[in-house]
Amino acid sequence: MSGDVLVLFWTFVIFIIMLCATGVYCMLVTRNMIKVLIGLEILNKGVTLLFVVIGHITKQEPLVQAFVITMIVIEVVLIVVAGGVILSVYRHDESLDVDNLRNLKG
Amino acid sequence: MPSLLILVPLLEIIFFNLFFGIQMTRIALWSAAALFVFQILAVLMHNYFFYNPGLDRINSFFTVHLGADRLALIMLFCIAAVCLVSLIIGRYTLTDKKQRFNFINVLIIAFIGMNGIAMTKDMFSLYVFLEITAISSFILIAFRRGRASLEGAFKYTVLSSVATIMMLTSIALLLFTSGDTSFPGLQSALANSKHNYVVIFSIAIFICGLFIKGGLMPFHGWLPDAYSSAPPAVSVLLAGIVTKVCGVYTLIRLVTGVFGFSPGLNALLLFVGLVSIITAALAALGQTDFKRMLAYSSISQVGYIILALGSGTGLGVIAAVFHLFNHSMFKSLLFVNSAAVGLQAGTTEMDDLGGLSSRMPVTSVTSIIGFLSASGIPPLSGFWSKLLIIIALWSAGQHFYALAAALASILTLAYLLIMQRKVFFGKLAPGLESVKEAGLGFSLVSIALALVTIMAGLFFPAVFVSVFEPVKQILLP
Amino acid sequence: MILILTLLVIMVVAAVWGVMVRSLLKTAIGLAVVSAIVSIFMFRFNSPLAAVFELSVCTGLITVIFLSTIGLTKPISGEQLSSVTKERLKRYRYLPLWIICSGVMALFLVGLPITIIFVQRTVETDPRHVLWNLRQLDLFGQIIILLAGGFGAVMLFKEREDNEW
Repeated sequence: MSGDVLVLFWTFVIFIIMLCATGVYCMLVTRNMIKVLIGLEILNKGVTLLFVVIGHITKQEPLVQAFVITMIVIEVVLIVVAGGVILSVYRHDESLDVDNLRNLKG
Repeated sequence: MPSLLILVPLLEIIFFNLFFGIQMTRIALWSAAALFVFQILAVLMHNYFFYNPGLDRINSFFTVHLGADRLALIMLFCIAAVCLVSLIIGRYTLTDKKQRFNFINVLIIAFIGMNGIAMTKDMFSLYVFLEITAISSFILIAFRRGRASLEGAFKYTVLSSVATIMMLTSIALLLFTSGDTSFPGLQSALANSKHNYVVIFSIAIFICGLFIKGGLMPFHGWLPDAYSSAPPAVSVLLAGIVTKVCGVYTLIRLVTGVFGFSPGLNALLLFVGLVSIITAALAALGQTDFKRMLAYSSISQVGYIILALGSGTGLGVIAAVFHLFNHSMFKSLLFVNSAAVGLQAGTTEMDDLGGLSSRMPVTSVTSIIGFLSASGIPPLSGFWSKLLIIIALWSAGQHFYALAAALASILTLAYLLIMQRKVFFGKLAPGLESVKEAGLGFSLVSIALALVTIMAGLFFPAVFVSVFEPVKQILLP
Repeated sequence: MILILTLLVIMVVAAVWGVMVRSLLKTAIGLAVVSAIVSIFMFRFNSPLAAVFELSVCTGLITVIFLSTIGLTKPISGEQLSSVTKERLKRYRYLPLWIICSGVMALFLVGLPITIIFVQRTVETDPRHVLWNLRQLDLFGQIIILLAGGFGAVMLFKEREDNEW
């Protein structure tokens, strides 16, 4: 286990943690539904980058590329469906405020 | 055979949509029903269909990553049964033909996803099928576009996607430390490296992701909203099978097959299970909406399953699987009854309902059977599964948890009794004089589910030995 | 190495800027920059197929979807804007601090020992072959999910009046 590869890994992990922290903060603090979706996307990018780094280090790039392609396809479909739900909420409420989503209580 | 169970539905969907879609609604309904019935029959005659060497050419299509052992067979039965129930309820509650057609198609997609989860032997394929099931559930909750359904769907989307990201991180880290993503490979790699920080972290993150998917207590925020605001057919599907397969079954499969039991993991499972049981039961006591109360009851029962799993023994796993099966059956029954009440009386607020047992006798009687089974009254099947859970906990040395589980059944009995009294017994509420019994479909389905619960309870020794005891074999290396 | 560090810093700065800025369009652009940098890393790490996918789909298609969603919805009206602005600045000012703290805390993890097991398998060198031969189930799953996405788009995007259940 060469030290050089380990340094690369840890560098990436630090920045990936920072990226994921940005995504989580965005999802928690925002009042706009579309921004919640963007925060989710930032988290997805973080995990994709983690996969790519791990693929490079363990020399399994082809397998990881197959994984990443699958993940990207799933991510796009998720955004389409979530965007549909957001647009439908907008048509009901005329606003994208997350605080309006408090009708179901208990 | 395993490959057929996910290929044939895809061919069906393509077939429905190639021709002019809407005219095919009736054909779509009957062929989807035939598909689900076929899966139930294939599981019941599993020696012929699944383990027959003569069918090997069909089997070998995807055999690298698909396999069906006893636990998977039980899940396939539950999946097909609950999907069939949901299809029948959908046929009665969705009047617009276009909506019904789209509902059937997306239901079949969810069915493919859940079959894949039950049969897969690889972590990344598990993620893919989890996402298929999740996305089709979002569409199913939101497709009628009522204001409350959209809210429930949005919360479910966000929380479920966060859970998926946690699981993906875990898969990446496990790929890093063991170079493989299939269950057998991971099991052998993890057996040697228990004290590795990265491994412990990735196992913990994965299990937290599964807790979110299964709706256990610290992470249950989306569940009451999603269950109560979904259309009636979709509530049955969600409560009966989607949450169980995505969260609980996956947890059982991974803990027994890949991660292995360890003292820390057992303690976590026991604690989360007990917290779920008690807090959800207390929350259910204060609800005024029928479906929301049933949603909290689901969280509580899933807590029982996790508690059984946390005992770490073979009997615990068998008890967990048996309670999973029972819960699918009686919770679907209770949700079908709530759909019938909602359709006929127009509301599910318990304060507005009352005295329906005189107008809707079948619904009332089957609802009594459902709630007796949920509270663990002999001789129904719920009693046996709860007894097994308590025995498994006691014999594993967890005396405190066993006593707490026994006492918590009293809470279950309490809130379900309140529900029964408010909705079905008592005086007939004003405005409900013209309520009739729900249609033939509803009655048949509730009677069928009630019969399953009764028979699994009455014939318990035979059922236990032939169906559930072989589940113990998944613990063997 | 310096190049990698620079790109990583630009990526995190773009993400933080995207989250903190007020206009939604600029947030979408920040997300596109993050996707582009992830794609550059994929090129650098010898994964050209995934890099092209990421560039065309995430930087392209997803940004277009977000921009069209943002375009279809009106922002909040003028008089609410000023009250929201002051309050949102209070919420967001902690973000850079939080990011730097998390980075520093992550530094403490660096010293932990990891044992990695290298599995020497005969690996296919072409990801297309991997996808077709080894991971057929995932390919099948992608087809199903695209079908589900198609149904979702049809069912959720059409303008229709529906009654509440």
